[in-house]
Amino acid sequence: MRFAVLQFGGSNCDRDAMHVLEDVCGVEADLVWYKDGFSRDYDGIIIPGGFSYGDYLRAGAIATRTPVMKDVISHARSGRLVLGICNGAQISAESGLVPGTFTTNEYPKFICDRVYLRVENNSSPFTSLYEKGEVIRMPIAHKEGRYVAPDDIVEKLERENRVAFKFCNEKGEVTLNSNPNGTMNNITGVLSENANVLAMMPHPERAAEKVLGSDDGKRIFDSMIAHIEAQ
Amino acid sequence: MKYKIDITISLKGGMLDPEARAIQHALSNLGFNTENLSTARVFKIDLEAEDKDAARARSEEMCERLLANPVIHSYTIEVRE
Repeated sequence: MRFAVLQFGGSNCDRDAMHVLEDVCGVEADLVWYKDGFSRDYDGIIIPGGFSYGDYLRAGAIATRTPVMKDVISHARSGRLVLGICNGAQISAESGLVPGTFTTNEYPKFICDRVYLRVENNSSPFTSLYEKGEVIRMPIAHKEGRYVAPDDIVEKLERENRVAFKFCNEKGEVTLNSNPNGTMNNITGVLSENANVLAMMPHPERAAEKVLGSDDGKRIFDSMIAHIEAQ
Repeated sequence: MKYKIDITISLKGGMLDPEARAIQHALSNLGFNTENLSTARVFKIDLEAEDKDAARARSEEMCERLLANPVIHSYTIEVRE
């Protein structure tokens, strides 16, 4: 089993993701510079957070058009796993790996906070180690994290159980007040049609060890590892 | 033939424009009460093309493939010689 963490100019959570994979979860991973491309097949690709290309044009817009993304898309088409975190989520949406887009927060400022998430789907390769409805805690750090998609797409995502996480309060109630960025239906984690791509704004790699205040995010990586092992 | 192209990317009607709302608020702090305010982004491009139609077609392709995100944006293209 081997993971790749894709590094663009301006990625800044790439090493955190590597640390979690290698040191916390104990799996092998390569940091792959986007210009070098992939020299082998990987079981999972992580597109990390950061500010690729300084968020020029729109967050993720430029990175999406780099040649390496064609390989990420064909990797995803083959059914293998892609986890897009924060800027990686924006890139995943821009690439069409998941529908919709992550755009400027309702109140247009950068939010850096710890939030509660409710696990909406616990049957995906990313969430199988959570309980459905479980309340978990992770940090968010973004200015363009408001999920927007046409109403019929959002209905479809809800119907097809493709919403992985929603912002909620401490009790797990999905409320207006617990929605930090104005995202549609409090959605902050979206799965692709075959559930092998997860685009999420919160940072599980920053919440994978108790010493960081929460290890709730670790089970995303562990779920991916369990999914790959089971294959 | 050389053409001068203005591509204007705006949010689709009904889309929340947080930046516009903040600007409108700041304007009202200065005593300018505006009824409507929206933001847009203009790309000014010089382009070599066979004719005006070809220049427009290339510009549309640029919008579709990079400059606009079809989920939230609409665009207009103005081509001048």
